[in-house]
This record gives sequence, structure tokens and C-alpha cells, in this order.
Amino acid sequence: MANASYLRTEDAPLLPPPVSDTGIAGWMRRHVLSTMNDFSSPGAGIRSVLMGLLTLLLLYYGLSALWGIIDFAFIKAVWSDPEGLKRGVCTTAEQGGVATGEVGACWPYVQAKVKLFIYGRYPESELWRPNLIFALLAAGLGWIIIDKAPGRRFIALLMLSVFPLAALILLTGGHAGLSRTGMVIMAVSGVVLTLAGHLGLRGVLGEILLAFGGGVRLLGLLFLIIAAVMFFMSIDYGLEKVPTDFWGGLLVTLVVALTGIVASLPLGIVLALGRRSSLPLFRVLSITFIEFWRGVPLISVLFMSSVMLPLFLPEGTDFDKLLRALIGVALFSSAYMAENIRGGLQAIPKGQYEGASALGLSYNQSMRMIILPQALKIVIPGIVNTFISLFKDTTLVLIIGLFDLLGMVQSSFTDPSWATPVTSATGYLVCAVTFWVFCFSMSRYSVHLEKKLHTGHKR
Amino acid sequence: MSEMNVSDEAVIRIRNMQKWYGQFHVLRDINLDVSKGERIVVCGPSGSGKSTMIRCINRLEEHQQGTIEVDGIELTNDLKNIDTIRREIGMVFQHFNLFPHLTVLENCTLAPIWVRKMAKKEAEEIAMNYLNRVKIPNQAGKYPGQLSGGQQQRVAIARALCMAPKVMLFDEPTSALDPEMIKEVLDVMIELAQEGMTMICVTHEMGFAREVANRVIFMDAGQIIEENEPESFFNHPQSERTQLFLSQILGH
Ligand SMILES: Nc1ncnc2c1ncn2[C@@H]1O[C@H](COP(=O)(O)OP(=O)(O)OP(=O)(O)O)[C@@H](O)[C@H]1O
Ligand SMILES: [Mg+2]
Repeated sequence: MANASYLRTEDAPLLPPPVSDTGIAGWMRRHVLSTMNDFSSPGAGIRSVLMGLLTLLLLYYGLSALWGIIDFAFIKAVWSDPEGLKRGVCTTAEQGGVATGEVGACWPYVQAKVKLFIYGRYPESELWRPNLIFALLAAGLGWIIIDKAPGRRFIALLMLSVFPLAALILLTGGHAGLSRTGMVIMAVSGVVLTLAGHLGLRGVLGEILLAFGGGVRLLGLLFLIIAAVMFFMSIDYGLEKVPTDFWGGLLVTLVVALTGIVASLPLGIVLALGRRSSLPLFRVLSITFIEFWRGVPLISVLFMSSVMLPLFLPEGTDFDKLLRALIGVALFSSAYMAENIRGGLQAIPKGQYEGASALGLSYNQSMRMIILPQALKIVIPGIVNTFISLFKDTTLVLIIGLFDLLGMVQSSFTDPSWATPVTSATGYLVCAVTFWVFCFSMSRYSVHLEKKLHTGHKR
Repeated sequence: MSEMNVSDEAVIRIRNMQKWYGQFHVLRDINLDVSKGERIVVCGPSGSGKSTMIRCINRLEEHQQGTIEVDGIELTNDLKNIDTIRREIGMVFQHFNLFPHLTVLENCTLAPIWVRKMAKKEAEEIAMNYLNRVKIPNQAGKYPGQLSGGQQQRVAIARALCMAPKVMLFDEPTSALDPEMIKEVLDVMIELAQEGMTMICVTHEMGFAREVANRVIFMDAGQIIEENEPESFFNHPQSERTQLFLSQILGH
């Protein structure tokens, strides 16, 4: 029998972890090699050998696929077209060209079409406008993303308020013939609703508005914003007008995706809160909205917006096709966003609501400062997921005759002067890589954000 | 010390209060007056409605019949009254309910800044003062998740005190804590009691009740069964249910 009494007289030494357990080598040893070096019995030996063979086979296929892409995009690629041969430079002698051997990616074609891919048919002389917008966008986003940059909040505010307006005016050219009366009606109802909501929240207008005040004020502000946008849009800035029919390529992709992203988050928050509201009216409205938009495929939303909506609108109303698609995409994605955010709200323990109420914080305050910051943090992966799928779904605008990046790439295939067997593969490769870069950046940023917002608490 | 600082002025006045959860009658005919400076300990078996009762006082739960008045204001559906009353009542929960995304200091300054409309600097000074009193000023920059349970509960007490409440409600503030942390929280509460804070504590810490309470209330099955000064309550419990309860939690 062991001795029950024991007394440590010396501290056991503090040691670093065994080398084999850390780093890539340790990981390999534990997860890969350990499945292949067990020869303790005939059965285990056979399993190990099979695992080894399987690993080699998978490695072979993986590497050869990778090699195929590298081979196509770089090694066999045609890089330049100094003599201006166009399709000739990317075709072999039998196909009527000058290339020797097998031809890979046709980069001169991309070079020739790059403006089309980025701006669509935006007038050559006005390209500085989208360029300026791209530059502002990159600078603004860059500023916001860098954690240590001063005044990030201020820049973010600018990016959400002034920038979209500036982009709208610069890209369209402003001077839109909007009805003065419409603008005035919008502005007046905006002021009235905002005031009513504000006073209602103070309890001046009785019980009902005390409960609905927040919603009414929000609606009023929305009206005011629309009126302001209409006002700024109708001013003549001396810019050449560029109808949205001329927009295309990456420009359209970004306009649609960013509008969807920027609109869906606040709309989604409002809908999610509405769906959990104790006021039946808000709840029913939110549920109806969410379930309607979630139940309809995006393609039919786009079709409806381009084909059916004009039937309902008074005759002669000219409603821009891109604008209709934008509204459709924004409403569609806000329904998904709402459900994401509702998931986050549900994950917040009841104690947080109670802690906030017990301190005397109002509903709005506790949502803004306690509940939403935590709920949104929880659902960052879901939010970014929605953003990414929204970004990729922008390609669907093709079917209502808007040409986003993919649409432009595809339309360039019909150009006979660049008709070669490798044109489409090259075009799709460019398209895929561009989309991947954008989506992957979003995904990485979300990982970074999650890490940054982690404050060491566990649930 | 149970005689000290108690005035006749009632801060909380509960009359014939009734509450149901669906069909279930959780609180039955509750009558309770709490004077300024009084320290009341509420005890009773699990499920007897102690939490529900004190949560009715700041409207975390809604009562259906009877009246509750706090500082002369009746609790009704009037949101304004509810806000006013909540401002005057501090509450400390069993599970702390600190805001994990805010630092300790931000937890303490949030309500003074947004509810009392205090300047940030002033709120921070007051918060540091209270954090000092609960003996954790050096943790002000940390997040709640980085503190021990006892420290978190002391932050929660400081957070409630920063609103300068007239009454403090405690709902089993020590029952989620390890034994060695219970004392540090109780010490803070005892100090608070000695300074004359009006308090209602749901707790099973009978030592605490003996030391600071002016009155101990025993609840069972949604009713107040017995209330008395701690001395008589512990030494000569009148009702059988109280005797049984006391023998269960005191005797081993
Ligand atoms: N939201 C609710 N819905 C329905 N019943 C509830 C609800 N909250 C509490 N109850 C019931 O009301 C009764 C009183 O609950 P309460 O939490 O007030 O008890 P307690 O005395 O605080 O008990 P404990 O010592 O376990 O905290 C219990 O029987 C409980 O099951
Ligand atoms: Mg309880």
C-alpha cells in the first residue's frame, strides 16, 4: 500500500513545452503523420499504408490543380501585343494567329478591356469622376480600418453621410429634373414627423406617441434625408450628366454591393428590434416585411423591380433601373441582416437588459450602449457572411440588363477582334480573382474585428 | 447598531400587492413599509418569491394589484414614473450583470452620464471615489471578464452607488461567489449599512442579518410569514415554517 503522507520539499522545475507539440512540425506530427506510422498490428499497418497512399494522391491532385492555374495564368500566358495583332497574338498558326505552342491566359485582351471591366461604358472624358470616388473610398476605408488612426469616428461618419451623397452627385452629374413639390412635401412631412416623434418621446403628446415616438422620429429623419438628397441632386454643378445606362463593370458591382451593405445594417437593426418589440404593431410589420423578402428569391425581386414595379407606378414616372435594383437589393439583404442581428439579440443574457433597466437607462439608451454593441459583436461572422453573399449576388443584376463586372466580362467575349479559344477562360479568371480579393478581405477584416473587440469575457 | 439612523419617513410603501405568473399566484398580499435608513434582510426557501418581490420595487417585474410607492411616487404604467423611480433605486444582482464590453470605470460612469446627465469628468471622479471605497481602484481600466467574482460584485455595488440612490436592493449578492470572496463583498455591504444606506437584502447570510439588519423578513409560498428584529427573529421564531427554515439553514 502506498504511503498516504507526502510533502514536496523542492519545487518541480518550470519547463518549456516539448518541441514536437508546437509549431507546424508538431501539428504535422499529431494530425498527419500519426495516422500513417502505426505498424503495431497487421490491421494498423494496412491502415497506415492506405492513409499514406491517400495522402500522396490528394497531394498530387491538389498540386496539379494549382499547377494548372499557374501554368495557364503565368507560364503559357501571352503577356503583350506590341504589334497590335489583337486576337492574333493569342492564337496559334492553325487558328490564324502567331502564337507558338499551347496558349494560356491572354493578358493583352484584359489590357484592352480593362476600362470596360472597371467603368463599363462610362464616358472616357469623365473617368476622373469614378476614379475620384474610388480613391476617396479607398482612403476612407483605409483610414477606418487602421485601428490607431486619429478621428476614425469622424471619418466613418463622413463616409456614411457626405461620401454617398458626393458619390451620387459625381457619378450621375446631378442636375436631375426632380419635382419641386415632391421635395417640399418630403421636407415638410419630415419636419412634422421628427418634431412629433421628439415631443412624443418627452410625453407631451400623450401615451400613444410616447411608445411610438422613436419610430415616428426615425421615419421623419428618413424623410428629411430623402428631401436633402433630392435637393442636392437637383442642383446644377456644371457636370456632364451620365445616365446609369452607361455605368458598368466593377463600378456597378461596388455601387450595388456598398449600397446594399450600408443600407442593410441599420435597416436590419430596426427590423430586428421591431420583431422583438412588445408593441404588436411593430412586431407584425417587421415579421411581415422580413418573411416577405426572405421568401422571395433575389432574382424575382430584381425581375419584379424592373418589370412589375413600373406597372404599379403612375404612367410616365421615370424610375431609374439601377436605383430600382439598388432598392430591391437593399431591402432583400436587410431582411437577412435582421435575422442575423436578432440571433445576436437573443444571445444576450436577460441580466444585461435588467442591469441596464435597473440603472435607469431608457430603452433607446440600453439598446444603443449595452445590448446592440454586444449583440452585433456576437454576430460579426453572420453579418460579414451576409455582406459577402450580397457582394457576390450583385452579379444577378445581369439578368435585368445591368452590366456589373461579370456582365461586362461576358459581354466582351462577343468582340470578334478578341475572339480566341482562351478569351473566356482569361476573362473568368480575372473576374474570379477580383471577387475573391474583395470577399477574402472582408472575411479577414471580420476576423481582425472579432479579435479586437474581444474583452476577455466568457459567457 | 440596529437603532441607528432610522427615521419614520417611509421610502418604500407596499400595500396589498399581488402578482401572478399566468395562473400561478407568486406574491400574495404583500404589505411592507421601509423607512429611510432601514436595513431589511429577506430570507425564505427557494421559490418563495423573494426575488420577485424586490424586483417589483424597481419594476423589473410588474405587479397586478395593490400599490407600490417609492419616495412618494406610485409605480404605474407611466414610463416617466418608472424612470424616476429606477434612478433612485440601486440594484445588485446575484450574477453581477456587469456590462462585459465596457471597462470597470465605464460601467460605473455610464448611467450617471446618460441618465443623470453628469459631465464625464465629474462622473469619473465619483466613480473612482466609489471604486476606492469598494477597494478596487486599480482595476478601473480592466474589463469585468478579467476580474474575480468577488471583485465583479464589488464593481456592481460601486456601479449602483454612483447613481447616488436612495435605496439599494440586493438579490442574493453573495450566493454565486466562492466562500473566500463572500467576506469581501459582505464587508462592503456592512460598511454601506453603517453609513445609513436604506437597504433591502435578499440573502441567506445570517451572520450579516444579525450584524446589520433592523428587521428580518421571512417569506414562504409568496407571502410574508414573519418579520421581526434579528435578535427575536433568530432566537424566538414564532411560526413553525420559520423554525423549520432556520433549523435547516443554521443547524447542521
Ligand atoms: N418568469 C417567470 N414565469 C413563471 N414563473 C416564474 C417566473 N419567475 C419566477 N417564477 C416562479 O415564481 C416563484 C418565485 O420565484 P423567485 O425567483 O421570486 O423565488 P426566490 O424566492 O427568489 O427563490 P431563490 O431563492 O431560488 O432565488 C418560483 O416558484 C418560480 O418558479
Ligand atoms: Mg431569487
